[in-house]
Amino acid sequence: MKKYTYTEKKDTRSGFGVGLSELGKSNPNVVALCADLTGSLKMDAFEKENPDRFFQIGIAEANMMGIAAGLTIGGKIPFTGTFANFSTGRVYDQIRQSIAYSGKNVKICASHAGLTLGEDGATHQILEDLGLMKMLPGMVVINPCDFNQTKAATIAIADYEGPVYLRFGRPVVPNFTPADQKFEIGKAVMLNEGTDVTIIATGHLVWKAIEAGEALAAKGISAEIINIHTIKPLDTDAILKSVLKTKCVVTAEEHQMNGGLGDSVAQFLIRNKPTPQEYVAVNDSFGESGTPDELMTKYGLDTLDIINAVEKVIKRK
Amino acid sequence: MANIEELKKLSTQVRRDIVRMVHAVSSGHPGGSLGCVEYFVALYKVVMKNNPSAFTMDGKNEDLFFLSNGHISPVFYSVLARSGYFPIEELKTFRKLNSRLQGHPTTHEGLPGVRIASGSLGQGMSVAIGAALAKKLNNDNCAVYSLHGDGELQEGQIWEAAMYAAANKVDNLIATVDYNGRQIDGDVDDVLSLGSLKAKFEAFGWTVLENNNGNDIESVLSYFEKAKALIGKGKPIIILMKTEMGMGVDYMMGTHKWHGSSPNDEQLAKALAQLEETEKDY
Repeated sequence: MKKYTYTEKKDTRSGFGVGLSELGKSNPNVVALCADLTGSLKMDAFEKENPDRFFQIGIAEANMMGIAAGLTIGGKIPFTGTFANFSTGRVYDQIRQSIAYSGKNVKICASHAGLTLGEDGATHQILEDLGLMKMLPGMVVINPCDFNQTKAATIAIADYEGPVYLRFGRPVVPNFTPADQKFEIGKAVMLNEGTDVTIIATGHLVWKAIEAGEALAAKGISAEIINIHTIKPLDTDAILKSVLKTKCVVTAEEHQMNGGLGDSVAQFLIRNKPTPQEYVAVNDSFGESGTPDELMTKYGLDTLDIINAVEKVIKRK
Repeated sequence: MANIEELKKLSTQVRRDIVRMVHAVSSGHPGGSLGCVEYFVALYKVVMKNNPSAFTMDGKNEDLFFLSNGHISPVFYSVLARSGYFPIEELKTFRKLNSRLQGHPTTHEGLPGVRIASGSLGQGMSVAIGAALAKKLNNDNCAVYSLHGDGELQEGQIWEAAMYAAANKVDNLIATVDYNGRQIDGDVDDVLSLGSLKAKFEAFGWTVLENNNGNDIESVLSYFEKAKALIGKGKPIIILMKTEMGMGVDYMMGTHKWHGSSPNDEQLAKALAQLEETEKDY
């Protein structure tokens, strides 16, 4: 098992904030909109550095999506910022009609996704957003794993023409992606080559997959670990190549089992190379208040859950 | 100065297009379309600085229009075609398979003249505000126009947008309400009364103009002129434009019943008998 280290833990939302600030300097067409969560989204730097290109919308997310769509007409590249719940479910029809169907170059940037939002509870812990967004034709869906990758993804999506959903979170997590690693939309990152099982993880579950891989190695199980930061378009070549070797797969995500990364992987494999698969995901449930760590344990999204899923799926080969 | 007689003749032809289009596919929305003919003819033939033969999505240094109540696509398509955005004969593909003229307008099929999909109501004012903000960023002095149904104002997003536009002095936007007082289920006052729209928009911080003759081309033109004179004065502008749903076809007027119903063969003949073919039918 390849060794991964980190010098500090950082939040992915700060990666977004730093990336957006860099875009403010490098790309005059980038504009940013926020629905009264500038501090939470770490958009303060962009706002301060580019007051003319920052739009405080107030608590009116539907209006924000429409204004973002309109700003593209005239060549702007709008980045919207609010919590993942208010970036997707609350404004689904606005995104569907004014952005996705209209083919507008809007970057929907969503923080505080999933259970790791923590104490605010289930009203804010959306676990359906990846599914909602990936069902929209033409929508790119990205869920980076750490600070460096979120920063790189933020910068990369400005150069892509079309609607993008970029999901990140609130807690500090190990920052292990090399700062100079190029972010390629739709291109999986191989974290560890292995032979016994493929672990495909996204977002905050990527580090837990690394921890699981180390524990499995100690038990003599060789895990191939793939970081799928782009859920759509899915890097099917990387997945197929891996499962042809390992012959079983575990998917891990901070999302409902219904409609998330696991379903995307299953949908591909069932048509191309039926493969035993186990899911590490939330099983048709809302979250609740608690610390992020407590919640990840209670809802089955922890390192141990990945290890258990691997041991189960290997027996099904 | 616009030739009023020519605009009136074109309006009659556009009305013929509308009833023929919805009749041909036994679907579509003739009522609101007929009521907004003078608005569209005035806007596209006189008011807007635009470039029909070289449409670009960005429309830099052009005036832009956004149709928020997308169901009145027949009048939009007819006037776009007769302004030169696309061939007039394409009107015959309205609502048919593989057409660029979808039931509700969309950019998805690449129809020149359309810059946003609409149909799900309440979204167009936000989009128009965004486009108006982009114009300001680009130092582009052209204006943005939008049209909304009165029933559509029951959607909450409209009021989010109205609040934003006034608070942020989006004063290069001229919105218009098709104030015909009717919606699918009946009179707006019976379905969900809007109260005083003038008082509401004024309280939100808009400059409100009231045109009680939205089916009189000269009146529509004069209100556009009044509105244009208010651009750049620090407030968004809205014209509350009284129209008659079904205008120009006697049996479609005075009722909400032709909001989303199409005429049969006999009804079509009766409608066309009231509308002279002033330009060639498509």
